[in-house]
Amino acid sequence: MTTTTVSGNWFKKFLRSVRIPPVYIFLIVIFLGGGVLDQIFSDGQIFTNQAIFINIIVRSVALGIVAVGQTLVIVGASIDLSVAYVISITAVMSSYIMQGEPANVPKAILVVFAIGALIGLVNGLIITKLHVNSFITTLGTSLIIKGIINATFSNYTGSVPKSFQYFGYSTIGPIPVAVIVLLVVVIAGWLVLSRTKFGSHLYAVGGNVEVARLSGLRTDRVIIGAHILCSMTAVLTGLFLVSRLQSGSPWVGPDGLYDLESIATTVVGGTALAGGKGGVWGTLAGVLIFGVLDTVFNQLGVNPYLKTVLRGAIIVLAVASYTYRSKKEAA
Amino acid sequence: MEEQKKNTEEASAQQEPLMEVQNITKRFPGVLALDNVSLKFMPGEVHAVVGENGAGKSTLMKIMAGAYFPDSGELYLSGKKVSFSHPQEAQAMGITIIYQEFNLLPERTVAHNIFLGREPSTFGIVDVGKMNKQAEDVLKEIGVEKMISPTSLVSSLSVAEQQLVEIAKAISFRAKVLIMDEPTAALTYTEVNLLAGLIGKLKDRGMSIIFISHRLVEVFDIAEKITVLKDGQLVNTVNTKDVTPADLVFMMVGRTLDHYFPPLGKPEDFGEVVLRVKDASNNFLKDINFELRKGEVLGIAGLQGSGRTEMAQAIFGVVPFKTGSVELHGKAITIKSPSHAIKNRLGFVTEDRKAEGIIPMQPIRDNMLLTVRSTQPIFGAIHKDGIRKSRNLVPTLGKQVDIRTDSYDREAQFLSGGNQQKVVLSKWLASDADVFIFDEPTRGIDVEAKAGIHDMIRVLTKNGIAVLMISSELPEIIGMSDRVLVMWDGHIEGELPAKSSEHEIMLMATGGKKDNKYQSLAVAGKE
Amino acid sequence: MTASTIPTPAGTTKVLRSLWEGIKRIPPVYPVFFLIFIILGFLSPSYQTANGITAFLRRTSPLAILAIGEMMVLASGGFDLSIGAIVTLVVLGSSLLLNNDPAMAFPAIMIMLGLAVVIGLVNGLVVSYLKIPSFIATLGMMLLVKGGALYWVGGAPRGYLTENWRAFGRGYFENVPLIGRFPYALLALVVIGLISYFIFHWSNFGKQVLAIGDNVLASQLSGVKVRLVRVITFVISSLFAVIGGIMIGGFGGVNVTIGEGLEMQSIAACVVGGALMGGGKGSVPNVIFGAFTMEAIFNLLNLLGLPKPYKDAVQGLIIIAAVAYVVLSTRKKR
Repeated sequence: MTTTTVSGNWFKKFLRSVRIPPVYIFLIVIFLGGGVLDQIFSDGQIFTNQAIFINIIVRSVALGIVAVGQTLVIVGASIDLSVAYVISITAVMSSYIMQGEPANVPKAILVVFAIGALIGLVNGLIITKLHVNSFITTLGTSLIIKGIINATFSNYTGSVPKSFQYFGYSTIGPIPVAVIVLLVVVIAGWLVLSRTKFGSHLYAVGGNVEVARLSGLRTDRVIIGAHILCSMTAVLTGLFLVSRLQSGSPWVGPDGLYDLESIATTVVGGTALAGGKGGVWGTLAGVLIFGVLDTVFNQLGVNPYLKTVLRGAIIVLAVASYTYRSKKEAA
Repeated sequence: MEEQKKNTEEASAQQEPLMEVQNITKRFPGVLALDNVSLKFMPGEVHAVVGENGAGKSTLMKIMAGAYFPDSGELYLSGKKVSFSHPQEAQAMGITIIYQEFNLLPERTVAHNIFLGREPSTFGIVDVGKMNKQAEDVLKEIGVEKMISPTSLVSSLSVAEQQLVEIAKAISFRAKVLIMDEPTAALTYTEVNLLAGLIGKLKDRGMSIIFISHRLVEVFDIAEKITVLKDGQLVNTVNTKDVTPADLVFMMVGRTLDHYFPPLGKPEDFGEVVLRVKDASNNFLKDINFELRKGEVLGIAGLQGSGRTEMAQAIFGVVPFKTGSVELHGKAITIKSPSHAIKNRLGFVTEDRKAEGIIPMQPIRDNMLLTVRSTQPIFGAIHKDGIRKSRNLVPTLGKQVDIRTDSYDREAQFLSGGNQQKVVLSKWLASDADVFIFDEPTRGIDVEAKAGIHDMIRVLTKNGIAVLMISSELPEIIGMSDRVLVMWDGHIEGELPAKSSEHEIMLMATGGKKDNKYQSLAVAGKE
Repeated sequence: MTASTIPTPAGTTKVLRSLWEGIKRIPPVYPVFFLIFIILGFLSPSYQTANGITAFLRRTSPLAILAIGEMMVLASGGFDLSIGAIVTLVVLGSSLLLNNDPAMAFPAIMIMLGLAVVIGLVNGLVVSYLKIPSFIATLGMMLLVKGGALYWVGGAPRGYLTENWRAFGRGYFENVPLIGRFPYALLALVVIGLISYFIFHWSNFGKQVLAIGDNVLASQLSGVKVRLVRVITFVISSLFAVIGGIMIGGFGGVNVTIGEGLEMQSIAACVVGGALMGGGKGSVPNVIFGAFTMEAIFNLLNLLGLPKPYKDAVQGLIIIAAVAYVVLSTRKKR
């Protein structure tokens, strides 16, 4: 007999009817705010220089691609802490196989995607068959991958042929290929979640696994599928990074904080950690917020360590903007 | 004419049962849940299954729905032997079960919920438009397409509406046998009537409706046949018209419960006013005015949404009053939080013990001591069975409220509903509350435990405690209240004396003299 | 007259059965730990000596202390991901504050403890009042503290840790009867362990933490001061992270990655020690032994001569295996 008081805010109702996640307001605010600060304290290029504007999005590509995968997993009430090391092993393996030869590129791509799928499969199997929770499982697999990387490749190895750098650097007209890839991945993620049976089942498993089971859903397969897709997006991110760095370093994944940041941007974007609701468009906004912040900080010449501090604060504030009004106690 | 009547009688006598269970036996570790039970369920008939907790009703229903596998015995559907290894198989064959806690996904739309696992799709891509249309069609079949939209989120629907979604889901499976576990427990009087109407419609389509219920009034209203189970065995199957509730209770517990309700208080039992609420309002409630005296049971009746729980929450400080005054023991006070309420010796036995009353993974004793410990210093040492001043609280209270368990170390989640409610009650007794608010004190509890709790409430009043009792079960309101406040639309519509009739209460609960559809339903239903 | 003193066959079976019941109830972390430790003893006789054992316990004390703090947060249904960053802050910051001046030891420690209280308060208040899930809140805090620490020292270790400050991690009581040397770190663990045991198992605080983790709504309605209890768990977690950090700085080198991954290790130790993610279950001695088990496994890998790179891989495998074991054995009990 409890009632929920619905806010009579017409603006919110409008947003909800068009189904734009509220986080986009935050994004716009930060962008405008950052732009204003840039005008005052720096050369104001954010608003004027197209290259810098586009750079915001390019910075977001790496995180954005893997965050889409993480969103899928989180919708299913799971989590993937191993993405950082999947990115690393992709970077290392691909540049090792390529050895600077364009002919090796297709083989390298196939191999790393296969590895990614395998890792996702292993994660999914341990979670569903051994019933180890996803936090511990993916923590464990990340360490395993880390060990394998360290044991097999001790330093920068191999290199990336110029042809592959197409992915990281070229443009089609004014728009970088990388951005197109990001948009394709986001749209693909959106379609999977909202228009496929798999997506529908993923929301069900994340929302209430018992209900899902009773409806005959193969909950194990759904989770395994989500983890495989997530690892594959991590592989794609790894390939993108390697094409920009021209060779693969083992630390590229963890250094970039891709594990925790993909989770943070997903939650900032409105997907609940508990699963069952949310989506990739919100995550994209979360990623763009980080991208804007990075660019603004660069423009303002902010100390990189302070950047980390501010990032932490922004994550908290962004999430607070939708949770502080909730009536339920957080955990 | 006679000839025709005889033929129809013969015809119905020879009618094939839609579903039949024969010699079903099921064992769980340590308990024989079902012992050689055989039953027939006819098409176009509503059949209730009653019995105490542990009698085997749930187990039987789950076997019929394919959720459990019997140790021995057979199931027959339309004369053919069947066996299920998963509820889905049963569902595909036309047997659907609706559990008390619905199997719905709150964050998904109605259509998604109805077609979960069967989404119309090609190559894995869902045709959302088609799914929504099909959902609308199903909702039309049960006549609720105006109330519920296929694209609404389930979380935005009321409990009754969610139940309708479950029924729509069953219809979409072309269910021939519909099993419902406690379908009316969370519904208000009006909603029950609507449900009864819907059940009637389904019955006319030739479906066999089977339901478990503890609410005998509704059993008598809705069902044509009643089966009583006791200790896993079939006691009897009777026609509703041939028995009285008392007969039923006797079959269920094997003895007459003489006082279905303990005797009401007499004027000399009532003391001074302990709680006085004057012109109190908040966002939901308007102009609340009443007095509660020591030693009395003040019943709070009303339809769902009338504000009863909100009023309890306001008094207890969960969602406090914004204006007006509250006086406890003559002292003006504003209760700002549950902690504050407890300090002022208020107790609140909430309506949803699973979500709000019990700490499931903790031992019973820690549950019982939860409230009293929260008044102690945070780093103060604890005592296993009580507090420094009274070290033996747990066994003492446990006996007082008659908790049936082998050990107080057991995790509270493993107790039956009735025992859990007793644990919650003992928690408030431990905190020495002298004003108790009960919200649906016997919901989902079997007959015998219900009587136990009613007796306990009277014992409380005899000890000078004042009781505010919210209930949707009119027999409970009538049987227990020394006075009744009836709420409607967020305010108190009126006050009625003890032993008022259901009709009088319902009239007030549906807006008094105002003419509306609820009223005519109520009047029609209670003749 | 009285019952015979010779156990009858029926009597013996009864005794044996209740013994077996008792044994079944022992949390799995203990047999696992002792098994691994015995294997360690076989492989390296130093583990059979008092010195070897105390050295092991000394090494493990910091993780055990961190795990106790983390356990309290986990038991309340939350996560504290900031403790690793706090360790980094402690080591880097103390090094700068001390700058090889022993007189600064006490003030430096006080400053760090003060920071811990602030960090814990912020964590707790953000979760309680802004209703942010603790996973996110402490993740944000982790970035904040890590960035802040690096910013403070300018990106590289500076200053110098004094001997007296390091003593907490490194030092020993000499000439202790029977054992010889008794590490300060172990004393710290014992003291903290006892205090933690008291407040968690014998005071209202612990019961309320478990209640909140189990069913926060029911706890609220029963008068538990949820916000206060929660804030306290985060403050304890941060304080213990500082204490652990001092011990780690004591016997390790100073570098910018010193705290990396410690929050994950503590969480793993907690899970091995039977704490439930999501709250409602937790025990101080069990997580202490969870930490011991983790460390024993690492030592075992070292002894087996596993090349360093493979260590991570095997660690990961063992974390998964350990937790799977705990999960499966709990499932059987139900």
